[in-house]
Amino acid sequence: MTTLQKLFTALFCLFAISSVQAQTVMVAVAANFTEPMQEIAAAFDKETGNNTVLSFASSGKFFAQIKNGAPFDVFLSADTAKPLALEQDGLSIKDNRFTYAQGALILWSPKADFVDSQSPDVLKTGQFKHLSLANPKLAPYGLAAVETLNNLGVYDDVANKIVMGENIAQAYQFVATHNAQVGFVALSQVMKQGKLSSGSGWIVPKDLYSPIRQDAVLLKKAEHNDAAKALLDYLKSDKALAIIESYGYSH
Amino acid sequence: MFSDANLAAILLTAKLASIVTVLLLLISTPIAWWLARTRCRAKVAIEALVAMPIVLPPSVIGFYLLVAMGPEGPVGQLTQALGLGTLPFTFSGLVIASIFYSLPFVVQPIQLAFENINEHYLEAAATLGASPLDRFLTIALPLAMPGFLTGGILGFAHTVGEFGVVLMIGGNIPDVTRVVSVQIYDYVEALEYDQAWELSAIMIAFSFVTLLLLYLFNPNKRKLA
Repeated sequence: MTTLQKLFTALFCLFAISSVQAQTVMVAVAANFTEPMQEIAAAFDKETGNNTVLSFASSGKFFAQIKNGAPFDVFLSADTAKPLALEQDGLSIKDNRFTYAQGALILWSPKADFVDSQSPDVLKTGQFKHLSLANPKLAPYGLAAVETLNNLGVYDDVANKIVMGENIAQAYQFVATHNAQVGFVALSQVMKQGKLSSGSGWIVPKDLYSPIRQDAVLLKKAEHNDAAKALLDYLKSDKALAIIESYGYSH
Repeated sequence: MFSDANLAAILLTAKLASIVTVLLLLISTPIAWWLARTRCRAKVAIEALVAMPIVLPPSVIGFYLLVAMGPEGPVGQLTQALGLGTLPFTFSGLVIASIFYSLPFVVQPIQLAFENINEHYLEAAATLGASPLDRFLTIALPLAMPGFLTGGILGFAHTVGEFGVVLMIGGNIPDVTRVVSVQIYDYVEALEYDQAWELSAIMIAFSFVTLLLLYLFNPNKRKLA
């Protein structure tokens, strides 16, 4: 063998070994699950030596991309409808769909003492100009917010004060910049290590809105990707659940 | 032909783009005139400032405007002091944001048109006793008309096509801030592809007609668009 051939052989072997040991998992993650998933993926990669690549966007965008051939192995949706639709369309592997997290809703203001932690009275007093929430047509958190307003019987009182973000991240942005004085956001956005990181808020009781279940699926492309399957198993592990809960999600 | 929601979004978008275009033509004319004639050293810096929206992602412009126009931001403090409240989530807010966003697309063609005016015409008029204002109105403006047309059409089209800025400061309120681009985004995200298809097709037809008009009025400046 010439030197060049030896070099190529060596390079090839190196590449072959590394590809056997570490597989790459491409994961489409609903934007609201960004932070917990980064933590979980880092822990998973460290334990298994795999390489988890995360993309973040809204579930609706990922759904359209996956339907049009996007190269993802795993999809962590913000709802249950999209994973179900993918399974029915034959774009995901059957019997691999499960709820990895359940979201919680909070009525939140960046100002301390603005929202009473024990009651939603602020909605009745009307001492605010704008109430921010995610678009109920697009985001499960937005739908939960509207259900909550209806169940509290205050929807009509606040209807003309509602401003909508395209997703829960934008709904949060409107309140965080003080443009809306109060808003319905995901508990995971304002909770770090089990407590409110800033401002004031009322955690909406679970009986006021339908569960915000977030489902995961293994996509068709990952049929033979053991690392992708391992990642889904890892999402159910105690270690992952602890991370998920520390961000205010339940299970 | 269209659903009520689509019609409302189209009308709102047309209203926004029309108001913005008229205001932009008024604002851009003195800026373009100054840029075309000044020998001031600050010219390059001002040109760069005006052109910034071309290279800045709309999300950056939208984000800064959201913070600046918010109750804690400098613009927000001013508007509140004037008794106008704050601008995000209002139609006026969209108008002001769009003016920032579309400014270079109006200033640049007008500036180019002013720069191309033969200096001798203005000098000749001056020797015949025409005042600066007279020279501007009767010589510079008519000669620069193609630049105004290009600027007007580009400004209108860019405002119609704006998305990132509205998304950041709009709040998606029907008849107030829900413009066509946001409406299309909603449909796609909600998997309502039929509706998205219909409204998108209108936008494609609109873009084609706009560019067609641009090239008809301005056959020698195709490169601009």
